[in-house]
Amino acid sequence: MKKLIALALALVLALTVCSAFAEEAITLKIAHIGPLTGPAALYGIATSRGAQIAVDEINAAGGKYRIELIDEDDEHNVEKVINAYNAALDAGAQMIIGTTTSKPCEAAGAQGYTDRVFFLTPSASSTAVIEDKDNVFQVCFTDPNQGAASAQYIAENKLGTKVAVIYNNADVYSTGIRDTFVEKGAELGLEIVSEETFTDETTDFTVQVGKAQEAGAEIVFLPMYYTPASLILKTAADKNYKPIFFGVDGMDGILSVEGFDTSLAEGVMLLTPFVATSEDPKVANFVKLYQDKFGETPIQFAADSYDGIYILVAAAEKAGITAETTPEEACELLIAAMKEIKVDGITGSMTWDESGAVTKTPMAATIENGVYVFK
Amino acid sequence: MIFLDNLINGLSLGSIYAIIALGYTMVYGIARMLNFAHGDVIMVGAYIAFCGLQYWGLPPVLAFVVAMLFCTCLGITIEGLAYRPLRQATSLAVLITAIGMSYLLQNIALMIWGANPKSFPTTFINGSSIRLGQLNISTAAIITILANVVIMVGLTLFTSRTKLGKAMRCVSEDRGAAELMGINVNRTISLTFAIGSALAAIAGILLCSSYPILQPTTGSMPGIKAFTAAVFGGIGSIPGAMLGGILLGVIEIFGKAYISTELGDAIVFAVLIIVLLVKPAGLLGKPMREKV
Amino acid sequence: MTKAKRKRLIYNLVTFGLVIGAFIILENMIAAKAISRSLKGQLVPICAWIIMAVSLNLVIGFSGELSLGHAGFMSIGAYTGAVVSGWLVAAFDMQDPILRLVLTILAGGILAGIFGVLIGIPVLRLRGDYLAIVTLAFGEIIRNLVNVLYIGTADGNLHFAFLNKEMPANVTMLVDGAKGAVKIKPISTFEVGFVLILITLLVVLNLVNSRAGRAIQATRDNRIAAESMGVSVTKYKMMAFVTAAVLAGMAGALYGLNSSTVVPTQFTFNQSINVLVFVVLGGLGNVLGSIISATFLTVLPEVLREFADYRMLVYAVVLILVMIFTNNPTTRAIADRLFAPVKKLFHKDRRETAGGGDVK
Repeated sequence: MKKLIALALALVLALTVCSAFAEEAITLKIAHIGPLTGPAALYGIATSRGAQIAVDEINAAGGKYRIELIDEDDEHNVEKVINAYNAALDAGAQMIIGTTTSKPCEAAGAQGYTDRVFFLTPSASSTAVIEDKDNVFQVCFTDPNQGAASAQYIAENKLGTKVAVIYNNADVYSTGIRDTFVEKGAELGLEIVSEETFTDETTDFTVQVGKAQEAGAEIVFLPMYYTPASLILKTAADKNYKPIFFGVDGMDGILSVEGFDTSLAEGVMLLTPFVATSEDPKVANFVKLYQDKFGETPIQFAADSYDGIYILVAAAEKAGITAETTPEEACELLIAAMKEIKVDGITGSMTWDESGAVTKTPMAATIENGVYVFK
Repeated sequence: MIFLDNLINGLSLGSIYAIIALGYTMVYGIARMLNFAHGDVIMVGAYIAFCGLQYWGLPPVLAFVVAMLFCTCLGITIEGLAYRPLRQATSLAVLITAIGMSYLLQNIALMIWGANPKSFPTTFINGSSIRLGQLNISTAAIITILANVVIMVGLTLFTSRTKLGKAMRCVSEDRGAAELMGINVNRTISLTFAIGSALAAIAGILLCSSYPILQPTTGSMPGIKAFTAAVFGGIGSIPGAMLGGILLGVIEIFGKAYISTELGDAIVFAVLIIVLLVKPAGLLGKPMREKV
Repeated sequence: MTKAKRKRLIYNLVTFGLVIGAFIILENMIAAKAISRSLKGQLVPICAWIIMAVSLNLVIGFSGELSLGHAGFMSIGAYTGAVVSGWLVAAFDMQDPILRLVLTILAGGILAGIFGVLIGIPVLRLRGDYLAIVTLAFGEIIRNLVNVLYIGTADGNLHFAFLNKEMPANVTMLVDGAKGAVKIKPISTFEVGFVLILITLLVVLNLVNSRAGRAIQATRDNRIAAESMGVSVTKYKMMAFVTAAVLAGMAGALYGLNSSTVVPTQFTFNQSINVLVFVVLGGLGNVLGSIISATFLTVLPEVLREFADYRMLVYAVVLILVMIFTNNPTTRAIADRLFAPVKKLFHKDRRETAGGGDVK
């Protein structure tokens, strides 16, 4: 009997100690929403994993906040994303890191605007994501911002005047960048000699590349993700066509595609806020953790998401969010806090205005001998 | 020059469609079913070849043979497990099962190889390009077209000369009569799936050699296009699949090159519709169709 | 009243009863706030998918034609809905959401119906798998075209552009190419969706039980026999096809106006296949079956959320197993023996619910 009482006492003591520890850290419930299955899964899995690395770090460090990450799949689908969003709130999420892709983010963000739920999207870069919605903020650049910056870089550094553009006309990201690039390019005296499109299902780029070659373009601008870009580089090599290929942040990742012949990407230039081979200790640390845990090199999406978690924690700290704060209360507090914080992340030093767009500086990189070189 | 360039690219793309379409058309001729999972067998074949080259360090030819053997086994297994129990069922039930199989293969591939795209390694197929004056022809295009011709001739000889090939034609003509004549129908259907899947592996390797990106969804769109090509040429007919595939590829490239890249796919499908309206059984299909 | 007629009446009453019953229960749950956010958010899509399934069943189950482009009609409805709704606000300052929703749903249905006629005339000359491939092709063409379609309003007028985005300076874009239909104000409600289901059921059940419906089913069961009896095959197949297109367009408008944005990629070939799966799993020619399977298969993936990674895998395996078990003679015999006592309890003629014939 005595033994039993002793045991019970020990148990009670142990429980109190535990709960005492637990009280120190405030548990934040953050939901990540992104495509974990389907054709866009690679981006959603990257943002999910990037967020996971940041959460592990924060929880291990044992600061003011403990984070519970809820992971919901939206299948890159405008209908499913609302389900994912509702499921996240049902699961008790207080704020959302997501969604990964633009169109679903537009739909979920609008729903969140009505319901008053805070969104920080790591990678949904179209302007429609933040337009007319005070509750949505971005970690990545907006598409027009990138298009204009690319045109400016090409013009200022006099890389050439005859430009060909190949873009995905079924994709918001690609058309968004292309629109402003063409507009800004015209202002700066760039001559667009060929403009060709493709869609998500396209595998054959011989026509698009052939037309650029025929038009004598010195620069081929590729506002797209690295998957189609790698096919374009291969086609150009087959055609013995060697212009300057100029990419955007979606191009990052091309060097870590398994089996990719990096010599094809020799001389490719891109504007990007993050490269995995950077020597910055913060970046190197993240890349190492990611590689150890998931066995692959992180792409920019993962980096944006990793930063996103730290941004949310910084904003939550500023806003004084606790475990009891409801999503509606958290939304107003976080909106106010976002404008006041400044976060130094692995994708640069970031601040926000009320539009929800981020201010940070992209870097121009050139691929030389299979690695990025900054100019 | 540009015209020639486009023509060769079109022929090469069309040859890939044709090889895939052969798999659709043979299975349709014998088993009277649209095997929607065929496009995903292509993807599996390409992944196995990728693994052979990248992870197991096999020489290219050996890696391709392994991929073909694997797909052959896969095809027979799929047929035996999922389609054979439905031999008596409605064609729609089989269609839905095939769609289920397609989802299954894609998701298994997603679990095994992950969502990140892989780049198909450079081999003797896609290593270099030949220069003829201003014209640059990639070796992949030449090998693809040649492979197509060889397969076409081989299959025609097989179905017209060998006993097994004749059995296949017999089953497609009249399954009941074939059974009465002592032909093992189940084994013949398995054989068809085996050949179709081996062709799928070849198609996968050629597809990824020309367009070296490999994802779990790699097979879907070429699968649909090839299916269209099979119908275009008259489903059930081997020369029809060949013709349909090549025409589809050439139309796709020319449509993009001379009309608009924006409307490339719409043009392909519009031509298909027009052809079917004029010839409702496809280019080489006859109302009393000769099957395989 | 003949026995067959009575059975049909009972079947129809059960169908309506179940739908209305489910609606009343859900409404009460919403009033009592006893419903999860997740389920509540799915109510309108479920309504849309039910209408899609029932209307496709009309084509596949009753008229016996395999259509693989049903999502194309849905996309026409969704886009029309977005444009008309935006235009009504811009041109007439119409704020009443219910009136606007009803008008847009009508417009979506009409435009989809027009496309149904345009596509139906050539397509219905073809048979079986050829018809399937052409409907698939149409679905893909529609998707390809809306990628380069631009519609905007300026000063209450609609402006259209194709391939090149040339718009007046003060334009508000409604459809913006690949960006899809943008800035839609979501106005769809579960109540309107429910009414639309009732209308769909009235139309479809009345049609199939009418003289025309019997003619439609006769063309399915034996085209030549029907033709020799003086039934105009094309006319009746067309009737089924266009009715289904109109209903799909209406479902599309409801679905599109439930979200703040609509994109072409939502209405791919895969989406048509999904609806086809609803129909086949629910039973060809079985309207109630379509309703149940559309609901079940829309909710199922959400219930399986916890198994995120394996969800599609499970879905695929379930699909294959269900098809094999319900269609294989051996397994069917086993199932029949297992359920024999249950069946005796009800002692119903199963012919009505067992579904129609094979698609030719």
